[in-house]
Formats: sequence, structure tokens, C-alpha cells
Amino acid sequence: MALLEVKDLEVNYGVIRALKGINFHVNKGEIVTLIGANGAGKTTTMQSVIGLIPIKSGHVVYNDQDITKTPCHKLVNLGMSQVPEGRRIFQELTVYENLMMGAYSIKKNDTFKDDIEMVYKRFPRLEERKSQIASTLSGGEQQMLAMGRALMSHPDILLLDEPSMGLSPLLVTEIFDIIQEINKEGTTILLVEQNAKKALSIADRAYVLETGSIVLEGDAKEMMNNDDIKKAYLGE
Amino acid sequence: MNILDIIINSLSTGGTYAMIALGYTMVYGIAKMLNFAHGDIIMVGAYTMLVCINRIPYTTKLGNMVADMLVKQCGLEEKVAANITVIAFGIISLIIAVIVCMLLGMIVEKLAYKPLRGASPLAVLITAIGVSYLLQSAAQIIFGPNQQNVPVGDFGKSKLFGVEISNYLIITLVVSVVVMVGLTLFIKLTRTGRAMVAVSEDKGAAQLMGINVNAIITLTFAIGSALAALAAYFTLIKNVGITNNMGAMPGIKAFTAAVIGGIGSVPGAMVGGILLGVIETVATKIPVIAPYKDAISFLVLVIILLVKPSGLLGKKRREKV
Repeated sequence: MALLEVKDLEVNYGVIRALKGINFHVNKGEIVTLIGANGAGKTTTMQSVIGLIPIKSGHVVYNDQDITKTPCHKLVNLGMSQVPEGRRIFQELTVYENLMMGAYSIKKNDTFKDDIEMVYKRFPRLEERKSQIASTLSGGEQQMLAMGRALMSHPDILLLDEPSMGLSPLLVTEIFDIIQEINKEGTTILLVEQNAKKALSIADRAYVLETGSIVLEGDAKEMMNNDDIKKAYLGE
Repeated sequence: MNILDIIINSLSTGGTYAMIALGYTMVYGIAKMLNFAHGDIIMVGAYTMLVCINRIPYTTKLGNMVADMLVKQCGLEEKVAANITVIAFGIISLIIAVIVCMLLGMIVEKLAYKPLRGASPLAVLITAIGVSYLLQSAAQIIFGPNQQNVPVGDFGKSKLFGVEISNYLIITLVVSVVVMVGLTLFIKLTRTGRAMVAVSEDKGAAQLMGINVNAIITLTFAIGSALAALAAYFTLIKNVGITNNMGAMPGIKAFTAAVIGGIGSVPGAMVGGILLGVIETVATKIPVIAPYKDAISFLVLVIILLVKPSGLLGKKRREKV
């Protein structure tokens, strides 16, 4: 059953057609990845799905509910949470306060303490730095904070936009292991990545985005063996 | 001239500037716009109090009744009773003015600024100037161009360490300190306050957290306007007459204070306001430069901007990829 379904999604930036009517879906419990080169429209897809940028036409359906026109701030309550491109953590707030903002959508929060413990357990480095101002964190720590913050709202689906950006290979592996863990514990994942190799290695299914259109879709493992993909995205 | 007198005067003038500067800086921080109509909210606050105190026919009757009652029941002198009544009515009208200004701030934001969200900063700036003239002209049409007095009572004088100091200065000082501490705690400790910081930093990310950015912006305008009403009361308390353009000069001065402190920074507005109050008060006490007190304030602005363009407490954003 599709948890998130995107139908004929079109987005324009002025006269430029950034997305030319794309279709994809994410089933409950899956890791689905959207790969593609710079400027293919990956981040545009992520931002329009969550309502951060206006959609020209098409529909976004989540849990059988049309959320195309739902304002972004209401989607968290429905169980959608996004780790945006470039982390976008709140630099002036402490690590703890950033996590607090992650739970902002839950008004009467009885599980806040447990949730924050859960995040600290997953990212021990965040606990060490909990009272530090977020701008003093390293790139990897900022990524962990952004993910921890997104988890604080108990999402059913986590949308990750370029989690590997600017991280060392070792850290990328660590972050991707954690993504798999989060998925195993029941959170559905939509992953947008430039690092196609890494993304395909953990994903169930994949879509390839090229200048605003989906040109290929299928099983992630099969895609890894696809010669075109190998040439274009895996550098082999 | 006495040092204590200067200190109290500086701090109370500075406190008033800080109240107004907070409105500028909070709106700038959160909506990323310069609300040049903010000074005129002070004027609307002052005229609201004028209406409450002078223009509603029954207030005089009611006031006389209350004063009479105070004389008869509590055995107060007639003069004292009248003064207490005037002060009480002044405070009630302040509360009404706070509510009126909050509503006005929210309405202006909704009608004039919200449709321009995402438009060029210049368009928003010009709109703000337009709103400013609109409010001033409306006030002139309704209340006429002449200066009018709004009595809010005589707070008397106290002797502090042998120096006579008007109580209204102390009241202004204490109230502004209480408001500044309260606002700081509100921003620092409450969920909504933290959401305000988040919105000022990154609207998109704030939305992803489930923060209703529009609601936070409306709230910011409401708080700023409430503080402007308070600043209006601080003007009336000094027994200064009101006109339709009374908000312009304090508005510009407070904007200067906000920029000196670092626009967008709440503690910056407080520091900038107080600093400006000190500079102005000291300048008025030195006969040679007293006529140039306004010029001196702006000179300080120029110097500070030359040395530290982001203002005293303003921060340069560091971005990490």
C-alpha cells in the first residue's frame, strides 16, 4: 500500500519548468531513493511534496489524504518529517533546543524525555554536546542533529534530502547505517541522494530523475547492475 | 545638575526608546522588514488614550463620581482624590490603548504586509511608509492638526539621596526594565518564544517543525504594537502634548537605537535604546551641544556603523555546508 503517492507533479520556477509532471510512490516500510545529477529536480521534488514551494499542478497523496494544498506546518502532525538539504538546523539555538523544536508539533508531550533519550542513544555525540550552540557543531554532527530533530516528531515517513552532502566517506557510511536502522524500526524513508551508489545500496526501490522527469524506475539492486546507471551515476 | 538625576533621566529616556526599538527589531528579525509605520502606532496609542479620557462624554461624569466617592468614603483631600482618579483612568485607558494598538498592528500586517510576503524588500518598505502617512493623515482628519493634552495624572516627586526626582521617570524606568526582562524570559523560556527565534533564523525549517510562521509573524506585530502603546503612555506621563506626527521622531530615534544595537537582536535593541537615552540626556545637560542632541544621536549611529556594520550585538551569520 502506498503511504506517499505523487501524481503528475509539476513545478515551475518562473519560466523554467523544474518538474515536468513526475509520478512516484513510496510504500509503507520501504526505503525509496530518488537519484539524479545536480539540477535534476531532486530537492525541488522534496520541497514541493512537503509544501515549502508552490506546486503548479499535480497531486500529493499521503495516507489516502490529498495533501497538495495542506500548509507545510500541518504535515508534521500527519506524520511527515523532513531533513532538509543543507541540514538547516537552528544555528542560534543549542543542540537540546533544536531537538525541542523538533517536537514542537506535539502539544501535550508526555514522551518528550524518552524521545530525547532515544535520539541521544542513536547519536551519542549529540548528548555530549547538548548545551552547545548548534553553529559550533561539525558538519557530521549537524547532520545527526538535523536527523535527530526530525525524529522527535515520531514520523511515519522521513524525507531525507542529501544526507551525505559534505561528509567524509566514513561519516556517510555511519549516517546510512543509521538510516537503515531507523527504517528497520518501522519508519518509511524517502531518500534523495547524489551519492547514487550509497543510496542504491540501502534502498528497496529507486527512481532516476533527469532534468525534471523520471527516466527510470525499479528495484534498487537491479538498478545497481544496469549498465546505463553504472555509466551515468556510479562512475564505473 | 546632579549625577543621579542624569542617570535616572538617561535610563528612563533610554527605556522608552528601547520599548519602541524592540518593536522595530522584533519585526525585522522575524518578518525581515522595516516597519516604518511603527512610530505611528505610538501616535494611535496616544490618541486612543485621548479618546478614552477626554472624548467619551461619560468619563468626566464617572470620574467626578469616583473622585467624590474617594473624598466621602476614604476622607481624602479633594485634590488628591481627583489626581488618583485621573491616574486610574489613565491606566485603564493605557490598557485599552494596548489592545487597540495590538489589533491595529495585526490588521496592518494582514492587509498591507502579508500580501507582499516574498515581494522585493523595497516594495515592502515603501508600503510601510505609505501606511505611516495613512495613519498620520487619518489622525489629522479625525483629531485636527493642533497639539492636544491628555492628562494622565501627576505622579509627584520623590527625594532620592537628597535629590528631587520626578516619579514618572522612575515609573518609566521600572516598567521598561520589567517589560524587557519579561520579554527576554518569554523568548528564552517559552515554546512560542523559541519558535520566534527559529522563525527569525529559517522560516522554511521552522515550518518543517510544524511552526505556523504566519501566526508567529502576527504575534510579533502584536507584541511590538503593545510596546508602542506603552511608549505612548510614557510620552503622556511627561505631560507632552500629542499631535498626529508625534510618532515620527521617536520612531526614527528608536530605529536608530535598534540599528546601533544590531537590528534583529532583542538585547541589541535594549542596549541601543539605553545608550541613545544616555547620549541624549548627557547632551542636553551640556549647554554648548544641547541644541544638537538629535544630530549627536545620529552621529553616534554613523560612527558605530563605520566600526561595526552589524551593530553592537548584531551577528554575522556563519554558514556551514
